Amino acid sequence: MTEPVRLKTPLSDQDVEKLKIGDRVLMNGVIYTGRDAAHRRLFDLLQSGKDLPFDMRGQVIYYVGPTPAKPGQVFGSAGPTTSYRMDAFAPALIEKGLKGMIGKGMRSDQVKEAMKRYKAVYFAATGGAGALLAKRVKKAEVIAYDDLGPEAIRRLEVVDLPVIVVNDVRGNDLYIEGAMRYRRE
Amino acid sequence: MREIDVTLITEKVRDLCVEANVDLGEDVLQAFDRAIEKEESPVGADILRELKENARVAKEEKVAICQDTGFAVVFLEVGQDVHLIGGNLAQAIHEGVRQGYRDGYLRKSLCHPFTRANTGDNTPAVIHTDIVPGEKVKIMVAPKGGGSENMSRVMMLTPSDGIEGIKRFVIQRVKESGSNPCPPTIVGVGIGGTFEQSALLAKKSLLRPLGTKNPDPELDTLESEILSGINKLGIGPQGLGGRTTSLAVHILMMPCHIASLPLAVNIQCHVQRHKEAIL
Repeated sequence: MTEPVRLKTPLSDQDVEKLKIGDRVLMNGVIYTGRDAAHRRLFDLLQSGKDLPFDMRGQVIYYVGPTPAKPGQVFGSAGPTTSYRMDAFAPALIEKGLKGMIGKGMRSDQVKEAMKRYKAVYFAATGGAGALLAKRVKKAEVIAYDDLGPEAIRRLEVVDLPVIVVNDVRGNDLYIEGAMRYRRE
Repeated sequence: MREIDVTLITEKVRDLCVEANVDLGEDVLQAFDRAIEKEESPVGADILRELKENARVAKEEKVAICQDTGFAVVFLEVGQDVHLIGGNLAQAIHEGVRQGYRDGYLRKSLCHPFTRANTGDNTPAVIHTDIVPGEKVKIMVAPKGGGSENMSRVMMLTPSDGIEGIKRFVIQRVKESGSNPCPPTIVGVGIGGTFEQSALLAKKSLLRPLGTKNPDPELDTLESEILSGINKLGIGPQGLGGRTTSLAVHILMMPCHIASLPLAVNIQCHVQRHKEAIL
Protein backbone atom coordinates (compact mmCIF):
# COMPACT_ATOMS: atom_id res chain seq x y z
CA MET A 1 0.00 0.00 0.00
CA THR A 2 1.18 3.52 -0.78
CA GLU A 3 1.94 6.10 1.88
CA PRO A 4 -0.93 8.41 2.81
CA VAL A 5 -1.11 11.88 1.28
CA ARG A 6 -1.27 14.75 3.77
CA LEU A 7 -3.77 17.43 2.76
CA LYS A 8 -4.43 20.80 4.35
CA THR A 9 -7.69 22.68 3.92
CA PRO A 10 -8.84 24.79 2.17
CA LEU A 11 -8.37 22.59 -0.91
CA SER A 12 -7.52 23.96 -4.35
CA ASP A 13 -8.40 22.51 -7.76
CA GLN A 14 -4.79 21.32 -7.97
CA ASP A 15 -5.07 19.52 -4.62
CA VAL A 16 -8.10 17.51 -5.68
CA GLU A 17 -6.97 16.86 -9.25
CA LYS A 18 -3.97 14.95 -7.91
CA LEU A 19 -6.14 12.51 -5.95
CA LYS A 20 -7.21 9.16 -7.33
CA ILE A 21 -9.48 6.47 -5.95
CA GLY A 22 -7.92 4.31 -3.28
CA ASP A 23 -5.53 7.04 -2.15
CA ARG A 24 -5.26 7.23 1.60
CA VAL A 25 -5.41 10.82 2.80
CA LEU A 26 -4.70 12.42 6.16
CA MET A 27 -6.88 15.52 6.35
CA ASN A 28 -5.63 18.53 8.26
CA GLY A 29 -6.99 21.98 9.06
CA VAL A 30 -10.52 23.28 9.32
CA ILE A 31 -13.46 21.16 8.18
CA TYR A 32 -17.19 21.58 8.81
CA THR A 33 -19.75 19.07 10.03
CA GLY A 34 -23.14 18.83 8.39
CA ARG A 35 -25.74 16.11 7.90
CA ASP A 36 -29.42 15.71 7.04
CA ALA A 37 -31.22 18.64 8.68
CA ALA A 38 -28.31 21.10 8.23
CA HIS A 39 -28.14 20.26 4.52
CA ARG A 40 -31.84 20.96 4.15
CA ARG A 41 -31.30 24.40 5.71
CA LEU A 42 -28.21 25.21 3.59
CA PHE A 43 -30.13 24.20 0.48
CA ASP A 44 -33.10 26.36 1.45
CA LEU A 45 -30.78 29.36 1.95
CA LEU A 46 -29.34 28.87 -1.55
CA GLN A 47 -32.82 28.51 -3.03
CA SER A 48 -33.87 31.83 -1.55
CA GLY A 49 -30.62 33.52 -2.61
CA LYS A 50 -29.28 34.07 0.92
CA ASP A 51 -25.71 33.74 2.23
CA LEU A 52 -24.50 30.48 3.71
CA PRO A 53 -23.16 30.37 7.31
CA PHE A 54 -19.65 29.84 5.90
CA ASP A 55 -17.95 30.39 2.53
CA MET A 56 -18.10 27.08 0.71
CA ARG A 57 -15.05 27.73 -1.51
CA GLY A 58 -12.29 25.20 -0.94
CA GLN A 59 -14.03 23.66 2.07
CA VAL A 60 -14.62 20.10 3.21
CA ILE A 61 -17.86 18.93 4.84
CA TYR A 62 -17.82 15.89 7.13
CA TYR A 63 -21.16 14.08 7.31
CA VAL A 64 -21.22 13.44 11.04
CA GLY A 65 -23.43 13.91 14.07
CA PRO A 66 -21.15 13.38 17.07
CA THR A 67 -22.01 12.15 20.54
CA PRO A 68 -21.73 14.84 23.23
CA ALA A 69 -18.13 15.27 24.44
CA LYS A 70 -17.46 13.82 27.86
CA PRO A 71 -15.72 16.08 30.40
CA GLY A 72 -12.06 16.17 29.36
CA GLN A 73 -12.82 15.24 25.75
CA VAL A 74 -12.51 17.75 22.87
CA PHE A 75 -15.10 15.94 20.78
CA GLY A 76 -17.39 12.96 21.18
CA SER A 77 -17.39 9.82 19.03
CA ALA A 78 -17.42 10.97 15.43
CA GLY A 79 -17.60 8.45 12.61
CA PRO A 80 -19.26 9.21 9.27
CA THR A 81 -22.95 8.85 8.54
CA THR A 82 -24.33 7.40 5.28
CA SER A 83 -23.89 9.95 2.51
CA TYR A 84 -26.66 9.25 -0.02
CA ARG A 85 -29.13 11.18 2.11
CA MET A 86 -27.19 14.35 1.30
CA ASP A 87 -27.18 13.60 -2.45
CA ALA A 88 -30.17 15.83 -3.18
CA PHE A 89 -28.33 18.83 -1.72
CA ALA A 90 -24.65 18.15 -2.46
CA PRO A 91 -24.50 19.31 -6.14
CA ALA A 92 -25.67 22.82 -5.19
CA LEU A 93 -22.93 23.07 -2.55
CA ILE A 94 -20.29 21.70 -4.93
CA GLU A 95 -21.32 24.36 -7.42
CA LYS A 96 -20.67 26.95 -4.68
CA GLY A 97 -17.08 25.72 -4.34
CA LEU A 98 -17.24 22.79 -1.91
CA LYS A 99 -14.13 20.69 -2.65
CA GLY A 100 -14.50 17.66 -0.41
CA MET A 101 -17.11 15.54 1.33
CA ILE A 102 -16.33 12.91 3.96
CA GLY A 103 -18.90 10.20 4.63
CA LYS A 104 -19.57 6.58 3.88
CA GLY A 105 -21.58 4.80 1.21
CA MET A 106 -22.37 5.32 -2.45
CA ARG A 107 -23.17 8.66 -4.12
CA SER A 108 -25.70 9.33 -6.85
CA ASP A 109 -24.79 9.90 -10.49
CA GLN A 110 -25.77 13.56 -10.09
CA VAL A 111 -23.27 14.04 -7.27
CA LYS A 112 -20.53 12.24 -9.22
CA GLU A 113 -21.28 14.42 -12.23
CA ALA A 114 -21.05 17.59 -10.14
CA MET A 115 -17.72 16.36 -8.68
CA LYS A 116 -16.36 15.96 -12.21
CA ARG A 117 -17.67 19.26 -13.48
CA TYR A 118 -16.63 21.47 -10.55
CA LYS A 119 -13.65 19.41 -9.33
CA ALA A 120 -14.53 17.95 -5.97
CA VAL A 121 -13.68 14.68 -4.25
CA TYR A 122 -15.61 12.27 -2.03
CA PHE A 123 -13.74 10.59 0.80
CA ALA A 124 -14.80 7.69 3.03
CA ALA A 125 -13.94 7.51 6.71
CA THR A 126 -14.36 4.22 8.56
CA GLY A 127 -17.99 3.91 9.63
CA GLY A 128 -18.29 2.71 13.19
CA ALA A 129 -14.79 3.77 14.23
CA GLY A 130 -16.18 6.80 16.07
CA ALA A 131 -14.06 6.48 19.22
CA LEU A 132 -10.82 6.47 17.21
CA LEU A 133 -11.80 9.25 14.80
CA ALA A 134 -12.77 11.54 17.70
CA LYS A 135 -9.11 11.69 18.74
CA ARG A 136 -8.18 13.46 15.49
CA VAL A 137 -10.36 16.46 16.34
CA LYS A 138 -8.36 19.08 18.21
CA LYS A 139 -10.92 21.88 18.40
CA ALA A 140 -14.67 22.10 17.85
CA GLU A 141 -17.29 24.84 17.96
CA VAL A 142 -20.88 25.14 16.81
CA ILE A 143 -21.17 27.85 14.14
CA ALA A 144 -24.78 27.38 13.04
CA TYR A 145 -28.08 25.67 13.88
CA ASP A 146 -27.39 24.94 17.54
CA ASP A 147 -31.07 23.95 17.87
CA LEU A 148 -30.36 20.85 15.77
CA GLY A 149 -28.27 19.30 18.56
CA PRO A 150 -26.06 16.59 17.03
CA GLU A 151 -27.00 17.89 13.56
CA ALA A 152 -25.69 21.45 14.19
CA ILE A 153 -22.92 22.73 11.90
CA ARG A 154 -19.59 22.60 13.72
CA ARG A 155 -16.23 24.04 12.73
CA LEU A 156 -13.58 21.43 13.49
CA GLU A 157 -9.82 21.59 13.48
CA VAL A 158 -8.50 18.16 12.63
CA VAL A 159 -5.05 16.65 12.58
CA ASP A 160 -4.40 13.65 10.33
CA LEU A 161 -8.02 12.56 10.02
CA PRO A 162 -7.69 9.29 8.04
CA VAL A 163 -9.88 9.00 4.93
CA ILE A 164 -9.80 7.16 1.57
CA VAL A 165 -10.63 8.65 -1.83
CA VAL A 166 -13.79 6.95 -3.14
CA ASN A 167 -14.80 9.26 -6.00
CA ASP A 168 -12.18 11.33 -7.81
CA VAL A 169 -12.57 14.22 -10.28
CA ARG A 170 -12.35 11.80 -13.22
CA GLY A 171 -15.56 9.96 -12.32
CA ASN A 172 -13.95 6.83 -10.89
CA ASP A 173 -15.66 4.98 -8.05
CA LEU A 174 -13.75 2.83 -5.56
CA TYR A 175 -16.92 1.10 -4.34
CA ILE A 176 -17.60 -0.23 -7.84
CA GLU A 177 -14.01 -1.13 -8.62
CA GLY A 178 -13.29 -2.62 -5.18
CA ALA A 179 -16.29 -4.93 -5.28
CA MET A 180 -15.49 -5.97 -8.88
CA ARG A 181 -11.99 -6.99 -7.87
CA TYR A 182 -13.20 -9.37 -5.16
CA ARG A 183 -16.43 -10.65 -6.73
CA ARG A 184 -16.73 -14.40 -7.25
CA GLU A 185 -19.31 -16.19 -9.34
CA MET B 1 -46.79 -13.44 43.06
CA ARG B 2 -43.46 -11.58 43.16
CA GLU B 3 -43.48 -7.81 43.31
CA ILE B 4 -40.89 -5.79 41.37
CA ASP B 5 -40.68 -2.02 41.62
CA VAL B 6 -40.44 -0.37 38.21
CA THR B 7 -37.76 2.01 39.49
CA LEU B 8 -35.44 -1.03 39.43
CA ILE B 9 -36.27 -1.40 35.75
CA THR B 10 -35.39 2.26 35.16
CA GLU B 11 -31.98 1.71 36.76
CA LYS B 12 -31.28 -1.42 34.74
CA VAL B 13 -32.34 0.14 31.44
CA ARG B 14 -30.13 3.13 32.19
CA ASP B 15 -27.09 0.94 32.84
CA LEU B 16 -27.75 -1.34 29.86
CA CYS B 17 -28.02 1.63 27.45
CA VAL B 18 -24.59 2.85 28.51
CA GLU B 19 -22.97 -0.59 28.66
CA ALA B 20 -24.29 -1.63 25.23
CA ASN B 21 -22.91 1.53 23.63
CA VAL B 22 -19.38 1.40 25.03
CA ASP B 23 -18.68 -2.31 25.41
CA LEU B 24 -18.85 -4.35 22.21
CA GLY B 25 -19.59 -8.01 22.90
CA GLU B 26 -16.82 -10.59 22.95
CA ASP B 27 -18.76 -12.52 20.27
CA VAL B 28 -18.36 -9.62 17.82
CA LEU B 29 -14.64 -9.22 18.59
CA GLN B 30 -14.11 -12.94 17.96
CA ALA B 31 -16.01 -12.65 14.69
CA PHE B 32 -13.62 -9.83 13.67
CA ASP B 33 -10.66 -12.14 14.44
CA ARG B 34 -12.09 -14.94 12.29
CA ALA B 35 -12.75 -12.45 9.48
CA ILE B 36 -9.23 -10.98 9.61
CA GLU B 37 -7.78 -14.46 9.03
CA LYS B 38 -9.92 -15.00 5.94
CA GLU B 39 -9.85 -11.49 4.47
CA GLU B 40 -7.94 -11.35 1.17
CA SER B 41 -8.06 -7.58 0.77
CA PRO B 42 -5.24 -5.79 2.67
CA VAL B 43 -7.39 -2.66 3.01
CA GLY B 44 -10.26 -4.82 4.25
CA ALA B 45 -8.10 -6.54 6.85
CA ASP B 46 -6.78 -3.13 7.98
CA ILE B 47 -10.33 -1.90 8.48
CA LEU B 48 -11.24 -4.96 10.55
CA ARG B 49 -8.19 -4.37 12.75
CA GLU B 50 -9.18 -0.70 13.06
CA LEU B 51 -12.65 -1.75 14.26
CA LYS B 52 -11.10 -3.98 16.93
CA GLU B 53 -8.88 -1.13 18.08
CA ASN B 54 -11.87 1.22 18.11
CA ALA B 55 -13.79 -1.21 20.33
CA ARG B 56 -10.82 -1.46 22.68
CA VAL B 57 -10.52 2.33 23.00
CA ALA B 58 -14.27 2.74 23.52
CA LYS B 59 -14.32 0.20 26.32
CA GLU B 60 -11.21 1.55 28.00
CA GLU B 61 -12.28 5.19 27.85
CA LYS B 62 -15.99 4.43 28.33
CA VAL B 63 -16.97 6.37 25.21
CA ALA B 64 -19.43 5.39 22.49
CA ILE B 65 -18.13 2.79 20.00
CA CYS B 66 -20.02 4.63 17.24
CA GLN B 67 -21.50 8.13 17.27
CA ASP B 68 -24.82 6.61 16.19
CA THR B 69 -25.80 5.32 19.60
CA GLY B 70 -29.05 4.24 18.11
CA PHE B 71 -32.75 3.96 18.69
CA ALA B 72 -33.16 2.24 22.07
CA VAL B 73 -34.96 -1.00 21.26
CA VAL B 74 -35.95 -2.77 24.48
CA PHE B 75 -37.03 -6.41 24.60
CA LEU B 76 -38.83 -7.35 27.79
CA GLU B 77 -39.74 -10.80 29.00
CA VAL B 78 -42.09 -10.45 31.92
CA GLY B 79 -42.87 -13.50 34.04
CA GLN B 80 -46.62 -13.98 34.40
CA ASP B 81 -46.22 -14.33 38.18
CA VAL B 82 -44.64 -10.89 38.49
CA HIS B 83 -46.58 -7.90 39.78
CA LEU B 84 -44.97 -4.65 38.67
CA ILE B 85 -45.45 -1.87 41.23
CA GLY B 86 -44.37 1.70 41.82
CA GLY B 87 -45.46 3.28 38.54
CA ASN B 88 -46.05 2.96 34.83
CA LEU B 89 -43.79 0.31 33.21
CA ALA B 90 -43.43 2.05 29.82
CA GLN B 91 -42.64 5.37 31.51
CA ALA B 92 -40.06 3.62 33.69
CA ILE B 93 -38.32 2.28 30.57
CA HIS B 94 -38.38 5.65 28.81
CA GLU B 95 -36.91 7.21 31.96
CA GLY B 96 -34.10 4.64 31.95
CA VAL B 97 -33.31 5.51 28.33
CA ARG B 98 -33.43 9.23 29.13
CA GLN B 99 -30.97 8.81 32.01
CA GLY B 100 -28.67 6.43 30.16
CA TYR B 101 -28.32 8.64 27.09
CA ARG B 102 -27.77 11.71 29.29
CA ASP B 103 -25.34 10.21 31.78
CA GLY B 104 -23.46 8.13 29.22
CA TYR B 105 -22.87 11.08 26.86
CA LEU B 106 -24.69 9.19 24.14
CA ARG B 107 -26.15 10.90 21.08
CA LYS B 108 -29.81 11.81 21.03
CA SER B 109 -30.83 10.52 17.63
CA LEU B 110 -34.63 10.76 17.54
CA CYS B 111 -36.67 13.49 15.91
CA HIS B 112 -40.13 14.47 14.73
CA PRO B 113 -40.73 12.83 11.34
CA PHE B 114 -41.90 16.07 9.66
CA THR B 115 -40.14 18.97 11.41
CA ARG B 116 -37.02 16.86 12.21
CA ALA B 117 -36.90 18.60 15.63
CA ASN B 118 -34.85 16.42 18.00
CA THR B 119 -36.83 14.93 20.92
CA GLY B 120 -33.82 15.90 23.03
CA ASP B 121 -33.49 12.80 25.20
CA ASN B 122 -33.51 9.84 22.80
CA THR B 123 -37.00 8.84 23.89
CA PRO B 124 -39.36 7.21 23.23
CA ALA B 125 -37.88 3.72 23.26
CA VAL B 126 -39.34 0.96 21.11
CA ILE B 127 -40.56 -1.69 23.56
CA HIS B 128 -41.33 -5.31 22.66
CA THR B 129 -42.90 -7.24 25.53
CA ASP B 130 -43.43 -10.96 25.87
CA ILE B 131 -45.31 -12.50 28.78
CA VAL B 132 -43.53 -15.73 29.77
CA PRO B 133 -43.91 -18.31 32.55
CA GLY B 134 -42.15 -17.62 35.85
CA GLU B 135 -41.53 -14.71 38.18
CA LYS B 136 -38.57 -12.95 36.64
CA VAL B 137 -38.17 -9.98 34.33
CA LYS B 138 -35.56 -10.12 31.59
CA ILE B 139 -34.54 -6.84 29.97
CA MET B 140 -32.54 -6.68 26.75
CA VAL B 141 -31.42 -3.35 25.34
CA ALA B 142 -30.37 -3.35 21.69
CA PRO B 143 -29.54 0.17 20.42
CA LYS B 144 -30.11 0.21 16.65
CA GLY B 145 -28.26 2.51 14.28
CA GLY B 146 -30.11 4.32 11.50
CA GLY B 147 -27.76 3.69 8.58
CA SER B 148 -28.16 -0.06 8.64
CA GLU B 149 -31.84 0.10 9.61
CA ASN B 150 -32.46 2.14 6.44
CA MET B 151 -31.22 -0.77 4.31
CA SER B 152 -33.78 -3.18 5.82
CA ARG B 153 -36.87 -4.38 3.96
CA VAL B 154 -40.02 -6.46 4.32
CA MET B 155 -41.12 -8.40 1.24
CA MET B 156 -44.30 -10.39 0.86
CA LEU B 157 -43.08 -13.21 -1.36
CA THR B 158 -45.51 -15.69 -2.87
CA PRO B 159 -45.40 -19.36 -1.77
CA SER B 160 -44.09 -20.34 -5.22
CA ASP B 161 -40.93 -18.25 -4.62
CA GLY B 162 -39.84 -20.84 -2.05
CA ILE B 163 -36.41 -21.15 -0.48
CA GLU B 164 -34.66 -20.05 -3.68
CA GLY B 165 -36.74 -16.87 -3.71
CA ILE B 166 -35.78 -16.20 -0.10
CA LYS B 167 -32.06 -16.64 -0.83
CA ARG B 168 -32.27 -14.44 -3.91
CA PHE B 169 -34.05 -11.62 -2.10
CA VAL B 170 -31.72 -11.55 0.91
CA ILE B 171 -28.55 -11.62 -1.19
CA GLN B 172 -29.92 -8.98 -3.55
CA ARG B 173 -30.79 -6.74 -0.58
CA VAL B 174 -27.23 -6.95 0.73
CA LYS B 175 -25.88 -6.30 -2.77
CA GLU B 176 -28.02 -3.20 -3.26
CA SER B 177 -27.11 -1.93 0.22
CA GLY B 178 -23.45 -1.98 -0.81
CA SER B 179 -21.27 0.21 1.38
CA ASN B 180 -24.19 2.05 3.02
CA PRO B 181 -24.88 -0.05 6.15
CA CYS B 182 -21.22 -0.15 7.33
CA PRO B 183 -20.18 -3.64 6.28
CA PRO B 184 -19.25 -6.12 7.60
CA THR B 185 -22.88 -6.54 8.58
CA ILE B 186 -24.98 -9.10 10.37
CA VAL B 187 -28.08 -9.97 8.38
CA GLY B 188 -31.19 -10.70 10.42
CA VAL B 189 -33.86 -12.63 8.53
CA GLY B 190 -37.45 -13.24 9.60
CA ILE B 191 -39.45 -15.77 7.62
CA GLY B 192 -43.17 -16.40 8.03
CA GLY B 193 -45.75 -14.98 10.42
CA THR B 194 -47.55 -11.88 9.21
CA PHE B 195 -46.22 -8.66 7.67
CA GLU B 196 -45.22 -7.13 11.04
CA GLN B 197 -44.26 -10.41 12.70
CA SER B 198 -41.66 -11.17 10.04
CA ALA B 199 -39.94 -7.85 10.80
CA LEU B 200 -39.94 -8.58 14.52
CA LEU B 201 -38.49 -12.05 13.89
CA ALA B 202 -35.73 -10.51 11.79
CA LYS B 203 -34.88 -8.06 14.57
CA LYS B 204 -35.01 -10.74 17.27
CA SER B 205 -32.72 -13.01 15.29
CA LEU B 206 -29.98 -10.40 15.77
CA LEU B 207 -30.02 -11.01 19.53
CA ARG B 208 -28.41 -14.44 19.06
CA PRO B 209 -24.68 -14.28 19.82
CA LEU B 210 -22.38 -14.39 16.79
CA GLY B 211 -20.63 -17.68 16.19
CA THR B 212 -23.52 -19.76 17.56
CA LYS B 213 -25.43 -22.26 15.45
CA ASN B 214 -29.10 -21.97 14.63
CA PRO B 215 -30.82 -24.69 16.71
CA ASP B 216 -32.88 -25.69 13.64
CA PRO B 217 -30.54 -27.69 11.33
CA GLU B 218 -32.48 -26.72 8.21
CA LEU B 219 -32.18 -23.00 9.04
CA ASP B 220 -28.55 -23.47 10.02
CA THR B 221 -27.83 -24.76 6.52
CA LEU B 222 -29.82 -21.94 4.95
CA GLU B 223 -27.85 -19.38 7.00
CA SER B 224 -24.57 -20.83 5.70
CA GLU B 225 -25.77 -20.86 2.11
CA ILE B 226 -26.97 -17.27 2.19
CA LEU B 227 -23.79 -16.09 3.96
CA SER B 228 -21.65 -17.80 1.36
CA GLY B 229 -23.64 -16.11 -1.43
CA ILE B 230 -23.29 -12.71 0.26
CA ASN B 231 -19.56 -13.04 0.74
CA LYS B 232 -19.07 -13.78 -2.95
CA LEU B 233 -20.38 -10.29 -3.78
CA GLY B 234 -16.96 -8.75 -3.11
CA ILE B 235 -18.34 -5.69 -1.27
CA GLY B 236 -16.03 -6.23 1.71
CA PRO B 237 -15.34 -4.18 4.85
CA GLN B 238 -16.76 -0.65 4.41
CA GLY B 239 -17.62 -1.55 0.81
CA LEU B 240 -14.05 -1.00 -0.40
CA GLY B 241 -13.75 -4.55 -1.73
CA GLY B 242 -13.04 -7.84 0.02
CA ARG B 243 -14.35 -11.14 1.32
CA THR B 244 -16.03 -9.99 4.52
CA THR B 245 -19.29 -8.35 3.51
CA SER B 246 -21.27 -10.00 6.32
CA LEU B 247 -20.12 -11.70 9.51
CA ALA B 248 -23.26 -13.81 9.85
CA VAL B 249 -26.81 -14.46 8.70
CA HIS B 250 -29.32 -15.19 11.46
CA ILE B 251 -32.78 -16.59 10.74
CA LEU B 252 -35.94 -16.96 12.80
CA MET B 253 -38.95 -18.65 11.24
CA MET B 254 -42.58 -19.41 12.10
CA PRO B 255 -45.59 -20.70 10.16
CA CYS B 256 -47.32 -18.32 7.75
CA HIS B 257 -50.69 -18.04 6.03
CA ILE B 258 -51.30 -20.50 3.16
CA ALA B 259 -51.43 -17.52 0.79
CA SER B 260 -48.19 -15.91 1.94
CA LEU B 261 -44.45 -16.12 2.38
CA PRO B 262 -43.47 -13.03 4.39
CA LEU B 263 -39.76 -12.25 4.43
CA ALA B 264 -38.00 -9.53 6.41
CA VAL B 265 -34.36 -8.54 6.19
CA ASN B 266 -33.04 -6.44 9.06
CA ILE B 267 -29.51 -5.28 8.37
CA GLN B 268 -27.25 -4.71 11.37
CA CYS B 269 -23.91 -2.94 11.13
CA HIS B 270 -20.79 -4.42 12.71
CA VAL B 271 -21.53 -2.51 15.94
CA GLN B 272 -23.90 -5.25 17.04
CA ARG B 273 -24.84 -4.08 20.50
CA HIS B 274 -27.06 -5.77 22.99
CA LYS B 275 -26.85 -6.19 26.73
CA GLU B 276 -29.27 -7.92 29.06
CA ALA B 277 -30.15 -8.19 32.73
CA ILE B 278 -32.49 -10.41 34.71
CA LEU B 279 -34.44 -9.13 37.71
